[in-house]
Amino acid sequence: MRDTLTSLRYRYWPDHLLGEILSKRWTETAIPVILLLIIGLALSRSIDNFLSPASLADTARQAGEIGFIALGLALVVIVGGIDLSVGSIFALTDFCALYCLDVLGWPVPAVVAVTLLCGALLGAVNGVLIGYLRLRAFITTLITLIIYRSAYDLLIQRYSNAIASAFPDIPSWDFIGAGSVFGVPTVALVYIVIAIFGHIFLTRLRPGWHITAIGGSRRSAYNSGIPVRRTIALCYVASGVLTSIGALFFASRLGTVGGDIGVGLEVIVLTATVLGGITLGGGKGSVAKSAVGVLIVLLITNGLTTMNARGGVNRMALAGILLVAAMVDIRWQKNRTRIISKVYVAPTYHSLPPPPSTEIGQGGPFEQNDKLRNVESIGLGRIEAPEDVILDRHDNLYAGSRHGDIIRFLAPDYQKMEVFAHIGGQPLGMAFDRADNLYVCIGGMGLYRITPDGTVEKATDETNRSMRSVNDDSRLRLADDLDITDDGLIFFSEATVRYEMDEWPVDGLEARGNGRIISYDTKTGATRTELRGLKFPNGICVASDGQSILFAETFGCSIKRYWFAGPKKGAVEVVMDNLPGYPDNINLASDGNYWLALVGMRSPSLDLAWKMPGFRRRMAKRVPVDEWLFPNINTGCVVKFNEQGKIVESFWDLRGENHPMITSMREHRGYLYLGGILNNRIGRYKLDNADPNFVQYDNRWGKQS
Amino acid sequence: MKHFRFSQQEIVFVVFAGLFLVFSIFLRGFLTTDNMLTLLQNVAVLGILGLAMAIVVIGRGIDISLIAALAVPPGLVLQMVQNGHSLPASLLTAVLLTIAFGLVNGWLIAYAEVPSLFATLATGLLLAGLGQTALFQLDVVQWSPGMDGFEKLGQGTILGIPTSIVMFAIACVVVAFLLRQTRWGAYIYAIGDNPFAARVTGIPSRPIIVLQYVITALIGCFAGLVLAASVNSMPTRIFNSTLIYDVILVVVLGGIGLSGGRGGVLNVVIGTLVIGTMLNGMTIMDISYAGQNLIKGVVLLLAVITDSFLNPRNEETAQQGDI
Repeated sequence: MRDTLTSLRYRYWPDHLLGEILSKRWTETAIPVILLLIIGLALSRSIDNFLSPASLADTARQAGEIGFIALGLALVVIVGGIDLSVGSIFALTDFCALYCLDVLGWPVPAVVAVTLLCGALLGAVNGVLIGYLRLRAFITTLITLIIYRSAYDLLIQRYSNAIASAFPDIPSWDFIGAGSVFGVPTVALVYIVIAIFGHIFLTRLRPGWHITAIGGSRRSAYNSGIPVRRTIALCYVASGVLTSIGALFFASRLGTVGGDIGVGLEVIVLTATVLGGITLGGGKGSVAKSAVGVLIVLLITNGLTTMNARGGVNRMALAGILLVAAMVDIRWQKNRTRIISKVYVAPTYHSLPPPPSTEIGQGGPFEQNDKLRNVESIGLGRIEAPEDVILDRHDNLYAGSRHGDIIRFLAPDYQKMEVFAHIGGQPLGMAFDRADNLYVCIGGMGLYRITPDGTVEKATDETNRSMRSVNDDSRLRLADDLDITDDGLIFFSEATVRYEMDEWPVDGLEARGNGRIISYDTKTGATRTELRGLKFPNGICVASDGQSILFAETFGCSIKRYWFAGPKKGAVEVVMDNLPGYPDNINLASDGNYWLALVGMRSPSLDLAWKMPGFRRRMAKRVPVDEWLFPNINTGCVVKFNEQGKIVESFWDLRGENHPMITSMREHRGYLYLGGILNNRIGRYKLDNADPNFVQYDNRWGKQS
Repeated sequence: MKHFRFSQQEIVFVVFAGLFLVFSIFLRGFLTTDNMLTLLQNVAVLGILGLAMAIVVIGRGIDISLIAALAVPPGLVLQMVQNGHSLPASLLTAVLLTIAFGLVNGWLIAYAEVPSLFATLATGLLLAGLGQTALFQLDVVQWSPGMDGFEKLGQGTILGIPTSIVMFAIACVVVAFLLRQTRWGAYIYAIGDNPFAARVTGIPSRPIIVLQYVITALIGCFAGLVLAASVNSMPTRIFNSTLIYDVILVVVLGGIGLSGGRGGVLNVVIGTLVIGTMLNGMTIMDISYAGQNLIKGVVLLLAVITDSFLNPRNEETAQQGDI
């Protein structure tokens, strides 16, 4: 009863989603967005006319003006600095625009150009000081804040009357300030255009990447040849220009040069930036975060003003929010990976009946013996991690290596060894097609094809993304084994979509069906996911009927059959279950049966732990990785089974000296060749009563050797 | 490096002497006993604030909220006495408020790891906003009869020396003792020099950082009391002025590098003298407030640039997010 409940709870409650969602980068934007929605909802309930078009347009105008400044600050913060002088630059450029328009009487385009230039120059002062002279951003911009403010105070003492008395009546100027297109204020439109460009700039263009790189690590950016000083300086220039754009709209909207314009603006914009989730110290941030932050801050301040709060309350609220946001952000950035690694592992309920006995004297198909004791070793100490082995019709032996090579041992004595092809990732399962191309599954890379002359070509490295998956499962993380049908369809297994290759035991700890079987059509080049939710699918072999494949589920401890053609097309059927070990590769035998490698034997402790997901989750949270309970993979055996799923024969090495750990085996001309992913050798075992002319893929393609 | 530091002190002192000489010759009314006393009285509060700032800057921090600590707790004392509370009770409340404020600052910086400039910028706004909304009825808190006798802290003379200058001297001695004669002082220098090395050595860096900000806030509050006593009121709008930049100017010009671990009380004294002379001269020349700010800003900028050349930032120990 309790087991049933546990199994139901773990089958239907998606524990794994929490870790996957947290490791998504958009969660950091999602939190401010949720905050924005909550505040917006609360305000629209408590304040009348909050959502009226007029009120919204007014908010949009303010948001646009502050939004420009926030964009500039976002850029500067992402590059690893800060710009406190924006309030003063805002005031000065506002003055510049109105002075040119009202006192000098220049035409509007000239006013716009000069104001932008003015903003650029003011920003350039910061840029040179911080970028080239490497001063501290905070203190430097604090000083330029005073200098610019003093300059502004001096200027308005002289010119404020002249500006206040002028009433320019220029339609284009008024359009900038008060105009709208289809009810959307001009400033909001321009902001949207610039924001979209800013997003593309930051995420898709080289200079934007440079900015993020410098913010992430200044020294590494410098070492990789990015012009650090110039980029930083230009960010401050951009901040000045964007601030002056905001000031232009402000000037055309209000046309005043009051003494308190831009005072305290830096705190508002800074609050918006931090609240939006742009990390102080640099390296992380986006346009969307900046925009969301501005909206939140504006809603709060406007809401407080509408509710007649005193000025001090407003300031306190902003400062308080600023502190809390900064604190949350700093703690989150510091502990993010730790939190994710704690919650990412999400074990599920996995129940297996007691395994069949393998003890000597107990009988049964898995009874241990010592047949593999005298296995010969090929390439002892010269090859590392041959997960799969394969032989061509000239008896040359191919095997993958940990260094990302396909190694070829030359017939007849297999002493001479050469690198047949270099791929770069760990080669796993291998198969020859009709044209003698070698198809290889590469862990972390996908399915690759090696032509007989050793040229490496990518067959496929992505499949269709499933809509319900949070992790992007379109890329192949761990392509494992493959076989090719008569029609040129390649079926290959992807063991897990949640872990990288080196983390495969963790997938076993989870025991969720994270794996899938994918097909690749060699004729059309199309890739398609055939089966999902498999527990670490591993070995694949096209069955003798030519209409189905046999595949092993390693942590499901079972062999299943999947019909890809014929009357039962699409059906999955269990061939063998409750194996005493973890099945790996499957290959054809010369007598029409199948070879199967058991990479490790089940242990009662893990079997029990699989029924206790809570225990495994606590273990993953509290115990260091080295101490976790993992599947045993240091002893194993090779078995032969027939079409009905009956074990015909088993081969053991009791002492595990000559050939410990077997992940694959390949029959070739009366010998069985053994591969093991943790081994430094390839095993060779003389079979009794085997067809001395059997070459697996020549047999398949009907060729004679 | 030691040679450099020494020469920077010398340079600043020479600047002070030159400035003093030029003003004495060209400015009528500068070199008079009255003006000298005014100058010293005016800079006494600035000097005390400079000492407060020096402690955190030596510990590789900065405290922008110092002016809030100067304005709000002393303002609270005046307000409470005005409302009929006794002077000791009011003083105790103000000191408790100051300590609480220092603890908040220190906790944010040491434990929540918010950069000090940033944390104190926000907490300063918070405290000033609290004063503005909840504590004070008017922007300038007036003297009330209950405060009688307390004005001696800022007015009159002791042995012929103006009291505020004596207060500055006392503060100097206390801070010098703290920094040079106590273990905590040595820890502050160690943390400022290399925070990571200090922590690895086993120095309780976080409590010491909290202590720095508490002491700084307390000295700021003391400066505020002296200020209130000398002008018989507490103009709380002082928070909105550029006083904090004068304080930073004192510290940086005096030769206490912003990268921490260097300098002492003597640097503050020299910095105070230079700034005091400069401000006094500009006032006599009748330069407008904005003009004075502009000049101060430019001088501060030059000082920071010079500082960055003389005490370059240590890239190895500079923290990510240390902006």
